[in-house]
Amino acid sequence: MNWLRDWMMPLAASEHAKKVDELYLFIFLLMLAWFILIVSLTILFPMKYKRKKEGVLTINFSHSLVLELAWSVIPLILVIGIFFWGFNDYAASFVPQNDALEIHVTGSKWKWAFEYPDGSRSIKALHVPVNKPIRLIMTSEDVLHSFFIPSMRTKQDVVPGRYVELPFTPTVAGKHQVYCAEYCGRDHSGMFADLYVDTPEQYETFLKEGPEEFKTMPLIELGKFTYNEAGCKSCHTIDGTKSEGPSFKGLWGKSEKLRDGSSVAVDENYIRESILNPSAKVVAGYEPVMPTFQGLVRDRQVLGVIEYIKSLK
Amino acid sequence: MADIVATPKSHGHGDHHDVDYLHDGSLLSWLTTVDHKKLGVMYLWSVFFMFFLGGVFALLVRLELMNPGQTIMTAEQYNKAFTLHGAIMVFLVIIPSIPAALGNFALPLMLGAKDVAFPRLNLLSFWIYVTGAIIATVAMLTGGVDTGWTFYTPYSTTADGPVALMTFAAFVLGFSSILTGVNFVATVHKLRAPGMGWFKMPLFVWGIYATAIIQILATPVLAITLLLLIFERLFGVGVFDPKLGGDPVLFQHFFWFYSHPAVYIMILPGMAIISEVIPAMSQKVFFGYKATAFSSVAIAIVSFVVWGHHMFTSGQSQLAGAIFSFLTFLVGIPSAIKVFNWITTMYKGSISLAAPMLYALMFLILFGIGGLTGIFLGTMSVDIHLHDTYFVVAHFHYVMMGSTLIAFLAGVHFWWPKMFGRMYNERAAQIAAFFVFIGFNTTFLPQFLLGSRGMPRRYYDYLPEFTFLHQVSTVGSWLLGLGFVIMAGYLFASLRKKMDAPSNPWHARTLDWQTSSPPITHNFHEIPVLKQGPYDYFKPFEPSVEGYHE
Repeated sequence: MNWLRDWMMPLAASEHAKKVDELYLFIFLLMLAWFILIVSLTILFPMKYKRKKEGVLTINFSHSLVLELAWSVIPLILVIGIFFWGFNDYAASFVPQNDALEIHVTGSKWKWAFEYPDGSRSIKALHVPVNKPIRLIMTSEDVLHSFFIPSMRTKQDVVPGRYVELPFTPTVAGKHQVYCAEYCGRDHSGMFADLYVDTPEQYETFLKEGPEEFKTMPLIELGKFTYNEAGCKSCHTIDGTKSEGPSFKGLWGKSEKLRDGSSVAVDENYIRESILNPSAKVVAGYEPVMPTFQGLVRDRQVLGVIEYIKSLK
Repeated sequence: MADIVATPKSHGHGDHHDVDYLHDGSLLSWLTTVDHKKLGVMYLWSVFFMFFLGGVFALLVRLELMNPGQTIMTAEQYNKAFTLHGAIMVFLVIIPSIPAALGNFALPLMLGAKDVAFPRLNLLSFWIYVTGAIIATVAMLTGGVDTGWTFYTPYSTTADGPVALMTFAAFVLGFSSILTGVNFVATVHKLRAPGMGWFKMPLFVWGIYATAIIQILATPVLAITLLLLIFERLFGVGVFDPKLGGDPVLFQHFFWFYSHPAVYIMILPGMAIISEVIPAMSQKVFFGYKATAFSSVAIAIVSFVVWGHHMFTSGQSQLAGAIFSFLTFLVGIPSAIKVFNWITTMYKGSISLAAPMLYALMFLILFGIGGLTGIFLGTMSVDIHLHDTYFVVAHFHYVMMGSTLIAFLAGVHFWWPKMFGRMYNERAAQIAAFFVFIGFNTTFLPQFLLGSRGMPRRYYDYLPEFTFLHQVSTVGSWLLGLGFVIMAGYLFASLRKKMDAPSNPWHARTLDWQTSSPPITHNFHEIPVLKQGPYDYFKPFEPSVEGYHE
């Protein structure tokens, strides 16, 4: 039956996921049998008892205690069994683990941000060590979101104004998909994150240096990646149209007039400052709404963004 | 409507000179009528029109999902399209479809009554429905909303667009629903023909009665919820938005306290039609009449205490989740009982496979899939994975469309000759039924797989691995659409014919078939006195109405 499970379900990357799959498969086969019974009778009776002559009287078969008890009690026993099975697995998955690694998750339109116990941060990429119980402590900055990891068979709505938790223990290293599962507006379908289940060594390296690919990617590519993933693109276009912030197209080298009346040339230091301390110099005609990216992006990413802006002539 | 009103024609009725209810076809007589039959027919045309509108949005949504990325519209347009599809189909099509359209038409006839208990109130319900529909249309034309039909806070209290207006439309429509419910409860209690005890009522009446009770008890909760939402949006009263000190999960509790019973407002009338069509088309006594009647009432009661199963992942307490899960499974039992009763009713019958029966059989299969996939979703550990994925989308389309709407079509084909005095082309009906069945399953079966593989719902864009299943689903929606186009064709065509329908084309035994087709304005010349149970197909037919002829 493994082929059937693999056909219907994504990769199972935790012990809990495997248990969910077992129950899913059990219900599937049971319901399939039940369905075949219903459909065969639904097709068989009209064929067998098709009307041949108008106006015939039929038998008076209006009740049968045995039959009615049978099809009340048998389904009742089956669903009670399924209920307890499902409830046990569910409850077990929420039992707190003492040594769990706690990571804070913040959802906002339309990105996921993560903060690790040592103060490291990442956006749209969650790194966790393999085989270690994880406890995500989550909240939302604006509307409802839902943190959904199909390979762990788990999800949890993220609610503004309160903390919710999502425990899981990943057992399969590699990259897994995270979705937002609660409708949250325009870019709901782009509110992804990658879950990297690392070996302990990879995880340590990540905490120290940031993700591996950040160190090897060409700067312009890293800049483009950061632009797309860190949230720049929600407010800065690359085609010259005005959004909440100035467009990146043709920005490099320009002289910008600021809200306080002074002006500044767009160079490396100005861009760096605008990313790390955005309210310091706000261009005239825009609101000071940009959050700081201090700690959210690493040095090489700032360089990447500078190179990327340079490339957008 | 022009087609029906253009061909008034009276039937000779022996010594009587009454005319059928379609005889006075002036526009004014329709718009101010208190005749339950005319109101039923007006609801029917409204529901058809709204179904067309909601269907167009459905086809647009499916077309957009043909390929990942942008296909025909932007993300904002897509979000509005699926919101309008949901809101129209739920509030303007499915909820009024069976009770308001077919219930209004058939319920008094089945009881042997001249009309409903409060005919003027009935007219008021209709005009409230029209008002609600107009407000909703204005909201659509002035920008549309993108909150989803569920209006979840705090998104709905902060989103752009005429959300308050759209919500107000649902609020107004709720009143139409409540008043219709009150009217039906009074009618069933007070206007049954002499000799018709509670257990001699047709099962359609039982189903509509149970529905009416839910409408009366649950709809006010929705009204209050929506009103609070409007207050929060317009005046900043903090009920649901945490920024104002409110609780967003409270909205979900309120909303589902109505909307889960509303699921049974939608499905119970569908079951009620199937309980009428199967014995008539099988010429068989209904198997397990009392069990079916009581199971309608049981479903109505239990439906009030299962709302939390929409919220397993919402952050409600795990104990509450467990209780809701358990109660949810209990609803499965009366549903299972009904399915086996319908199937056993066909056993050793004399079964006609005319269009109403085709839709009834289709219902048994599609409701089977819709009901059985509900077991996955009631199971807590499995639901956590499937919640808010396409699995849920597929499940509720099997229940709402595959079951309720298909049952509605069974009812439309069943009572069409009675309503308009004309038979439709049976061959065309079979072809349409074929496309509807194949199209529906091609559209929605792949969505179960999409969901279990992790595709979340309400997604404008998706990962490339889901492309193939989405494309199959979109092609299915075209087949489904084609089925409905054919159906519209032969139904309209039938209205252009001369009246040719016999009083009782299906040889049914309930009172609605013992008056002429279409019925006279006051339904019956004399008050019928019940001589037989509604499904006594094992003994020769003894009409309860004097002067009955086929």
